[in-house]
Amino acid sequence: MSKPTDLTIADMTAALAKGAISAVELTEAHLAAMETHRGLNAYITETPARAREMAKASDARRKSGAVGPLEGVPLAIKDLFCTEGVLTTAASHILDGFKPTYESTVSSRLWQAGAVMLGKTNLDEFAMGSSNMTSHYGPVENPWKRRGDNRKLVPGGSSGGSASAVAARIAPGATGTDTGGSIRQPAAFCGLVGMKPTYGRCSRWGIIAFASSLDQAGPITRTVKDSALMLQAMAGHDPKDSTSAPLAVPDFVAACSRSIKGLKIGIPAEYRVDGMAPEIQALWDKGIAMIRDAGAEPVEISLPHTKYALPTYYIVAPAECSSNLARYDGVRFGLRVPGKDLIEMYENTRGAGFGKETRRRILIGTYVLSAGYYDAYYKKAQQVRALIARDFTDAFKKCDAILTPTAPSAAFAMGEKMDDPVTMYLNDVFTVPSSLAGLPGISVPGGLGADGLPLGLQVIGRAYDEETVFAVGAALEKSAGLSLQPEGY
Amino acid sequence: MSLDKQTVARIARLARLKVPEEELQGLAGELSGIMDWIEQLNSVDTSSVEPMNSVADLSLPMRQDKVTEGGHPARVLANAPGGAVYLEPGNPDAGGFFVVPKVVE
Repeated sequence: MSKPTDLTIADMTAALAKGAISAVELTEAHLAAMETHRGLNAYITETPARAREMAKASDARRKSGAVGPLEGVPLAIKDLFCTEGVLTTAASHILDGFKPTYESTVSSRLWQAGAVMLGKTNLDEFAMGSSNMTSHYGPVENPWKRRGDNRKLVPGGSSGGSASAVAARIAPGATGTDTGGSIRQPAAFCGLVGMKPTYGRCSRWGIIAFASSLDQAGPITRTVKDSALMLQAMAGHDPKDSTSAPLAVPDFVAACSRSIKGLKIGIPAEYRVDGMAPEIQALWDKGIAMIRDAGAEPVEISLPHTKYALPTYYIVAPAECSSNLARYDGVRFGLRVPGKDLIEMYENTRGAGFGKETRRRILIGTYVLSAGYYDAYYKKAQQVRALIARDFTDAFKKCDAILTPTAPSAAFAMGEKMDDPVTMYLNDVFTVPSSLAGLPGISVPGGLGADGLPLGLQVIGRAYDEETVFAVGAALEKSAGLSLQPEGY
Repeated sequence: MSLDKQTVARIARLARLKVPEEELQGLAGELSGIMDWIEQLNSVDTSSVEPMNSVADLSLPMRQDKVTEGGHPARVLANAPGGAVYLEPGNPDAGGFFVVPKVVE
């Protein structure tokens, strides 16, 4: 048997079922590896005591015959999910010391399925960023390095700690959240599989809100099958989230072995953006060849409003963020900075508690929602958003899924793209349109770029059709035949 | 759309966000850059388009107006900055208060 930390989730469940390893042994192996690779800064809070206790309970359940679908599998949780009694920070100073007295629906479903919590992973503050450089707890390092270049690379964001941990084998899988690409882009940067399900598939209850009409939880894993296994446990209707879909959860794992023969895969002309990096174009062409080899038919489609997706997103997301983050006032939880009166206490607390990018987005959001500007900005953005969603509806009359690159580049070095905010925002050019339309999307490793870094391919599906997304993702994974492991991990 | 220092100071006040005077100029530049980039939306004709308020193609569910989970004052107050004031010291389950600076003279 290979090293316990190299096992996929599917391998782990098999090894546990055979009795080849116990949940306690599996957990101990991961806790030891977490300590070795603490330099990556992937975790904000490690929870070894809780992990050991949960692993012991899992082994006891197995003895008694009560085995859940993820029984004994250790997992990492993005520190945007509230976990009962465990520090939950959203990587912000303003949530100093916050220990929720309740558990998010998604994480509690994972524990009900038998999983074990290793800790809480780092992220961009309030999930706002594409590099994990905005965390109050410091940047996260990507375990991958460019060939012959020792500079530290970003893991992407905002679920950067989750992606770094899974790539570095200090968790076999982790939860993420995706508002404009925050699961898919870090998965691409770290050579992993990242799945953002349809808006409404996973409950948002207990996930710290950034932009409520866009936020969705999903898994980051090393294989497509593991992604299906995790999402199977995370998804499902929850009466505590009024936007959660009252639909049965299909068999995602079975969908991974479906044939894609005869499927029509849309290739959107508008994603061939000006100045696209040659290695990204080459990756996309390779992806098209791979789906053709698997028996699917690539078809040209048009998504005419693609270029307006990012500016639309940067009105909608900050507007919702400024409303959601109004709750951080120093009264009920987290940081409080005193002032001479109540208003000054609010202002001092929020001024000290929020980092630069969060402040910027609160200000933009407040501005576009302020009297006299609402129609010109927010209403206009919601109208363009309707056109973007309509583009996808029209495209899906001609195809069953859409194939694009996940990100316009491979992982970049820490400090790059920091000159102005808009340069950083452009990272999400291929992921934001499907977020605005609420559609499911997966990023699967497609190949390595010129400097040896992994690159991701994205598959977008119809609303609530994660099954086709998994089927196409699995076909790409099989055809690419990559075995990705960063050196030294 | 260019935002000046005064506008940034005004929206910071609206957002209850203290921004040090020396940061206003830099922020005005950054926010103007973002707003300029957003202006490209004006070239899209949306005259006959209904704004999209939700992607969830569902009507919001209704439920009975009943307390389904309540009666947890200790849990509600557990994270109060600097600690809550409890009605009965030593018995958080009896309820209590968040403490804020005086708002009424």
